[in-house]
Amino acid sequence: MALINFLKPKNKLEEGGRTAAPVHEDEGEPEKKCPNCHKDIPLSRLWSNGLVCTCGYHFRMKARQRIHMVTDKGSFQELFSSVKSGNPLLFPGYGEKLETMRSASGEEEAVICGEAQIGRQKCCIFVMDSYFMMGSMGSAVGEKIASLFEYAADHRMPVIGWTVSGGARMQEGLLSLMQMAKTSAAIKKHSDAGLFYIVVLTNPTTGGVTASFAMEGDIILAEPGATVGFAGARVIEQTTKKSLPKGFQTAEFVLNHGFIDSIVPRREQRKLLAELLKMHRGG
Amino acid sequence: MGQNPYDRVKLARDNSRPTGLDYIKNIFQGFIELHGDRRFGDDAAIVGGLAYLNKSPVTVIAIEKGHSAKERAMRNFGAPHPEGYRKALRLMKQAEKFGRPVICFIDTSGAYCGIGAEERGQGQAIAENLMEMTTLCVPIVSLLVGEGGSGGALALAVADRVWMLKNSVYSVISPEGCASILWKDPSKAPAAAASLKLTAEDAKSLGIVERILPEKDLGTKAFYERIRALLSEEIGKLSKNPDLIEKRYERFRRMGAVTEFDIASAATWPVACGNKGINYEHL
Ligand SMILES: [Zn+2]
Repeated sequence: MALINFLKPKNKLEEGGRTAAPVHEDEGEPEKKCPNCHKDIPLSRLWSNGLVCTCGYHFRMKARQRIHMVTDKGSFQELFSSVKSGNPLLFPGYGEKLETMRSASGEEEAVICGEAQIGRQKCCIFVMDSYFMMGSMGSAVGEKIASLFEYAADHRMPVIGWTVSGGARMQEGLLSLMQMAKTSAAIKKHSDAGLFYIVVLTNPTTGGVTASFAMEGDIILAEPGATVGFAGARVIEQTTKKSLPKGFQTAEFVLNHGFIDSIVPRREQRKLLAELLKMHRGG
Repeated sequence: MGQNPYDRVKLARDNSRPTGLDYIKNIFQGFIELHGDRRFGDDAAIVGGLAYLNKSPVTVIAIEKGHSAKERAMRNFGAPHPEGYRKALRLMKQAEKFGRPVICFIDTSGAYCGIGAEERGQGQAIAENLMEMTTLCVPIVSLLVGEGGSGGALALAVADRVWMLKNSVYSVISPEGCASILWKDPSKAPAAAASLKLTAEDAKSLGIVERILPEKDLGTKAFYERIRALLSEEIGKLSKNPDLIEKRYERFRRMGAVTEFDIASAATWPVACGNKGINYEHL
């Protein structure tokens, strides 16, 4: 099994977001309603603006769209693409769910890993995909991320990761939980080798991912308005029987409480990441 | 046993079981409790300190649920806040400095889901424990003695050896939580408990724990003496292991290792993989 499969640009790349979200198909150009400002935005405008509304609302984005947007043209080489989960606990309905997800998303798993260049700086990247089981972490996601950090440590490369996750994938039970330890161990090894890891938290980053590799970066960034938290807001409301403060568990909330370095709009990430990579060259 | 997995969950939660402090007081001698995380406060849900295991000093850490209603409330029912995990990590680092082994007793429904817990970085606190424990240079043995609730339990279980009491459980999510998310019906918790593979026997067959401790004389002098003898022997062996950190890395690294020849789908994969000439000896 070849570890590196050169990724041909997929045609469905450009249309992914259109099929994934409800679109008003009236006459004229298709539009999408912004949940923040409630305006109908022409899709072409949304696309040219990296799926960000003029009001600043960040629409969710498929992993391959993000890779396409953030990496230098033609520089991305996918790694570990053949790693995928089976149904190790024979959890009812999970095998079928995986099959449905795979055909609907065109992806094998909830994370894509590879090598790329950003502003001509070489790096390893992982990008999670909310369109695949809400970016939940099972064995394959943990295996791919751990393998990527090991690969990056072997090749003395920095890692940049974009997280989006509902948490550990319950259909793989304890095996999913153990991925939190497995990825943390690989990140520690990479870190102890003096290597650089930047993580960008996107909407939403929660549960077991927040309690592992999302919070283990040397630099932790987040997209504006992204939900970032450990426990689900509804669970907290039920547990505490209190109403939650405004803006609870947003990127702005975790910034104010000291848990992330900066909030960076999607369109500004590429430039900042290139600059940060440059400042850590050789490390 | 003849009990279904959900009966085991109820047994694991039973108020009459010994709690963390019972284990500390009965297994060790001369326990001196040490408080506080040096950052925010002291979490009563996690108890830690110094004690002798036979004649050698060790660091002991336990999640404590309490017995009486009053004590249970004071201990937050064994649901730790971030400062509890940070206290535990502080004591582990102290153990490392002075070359003492670490022994953890785990019994929690999970890390606390609350507003303050999120404000103070529950996810970050757990993530830091996972990362730091992977390279702590002293032996770590963790025992699950009741409920092993998800990341809140794992944050004290990145250990060289993890043992489970016969009627303890270890799970990525509570059966009730799983049933309400997947099937929108918390009353299907028994089915979820069976599917999640959360019993001690399941965890052992998945390679996630090394040993199951019998409970027929639970809470008696003989019971604690047996655990003391096992701990003594195991820590003696681990202390002589020059590859402790590498072995700990490998212990977690192999969990949920998946490729396209996933073990559970082995029965179907000659079809699923379309006769790609896969080497069956991989299994
Ligand atoms: Zn808008």
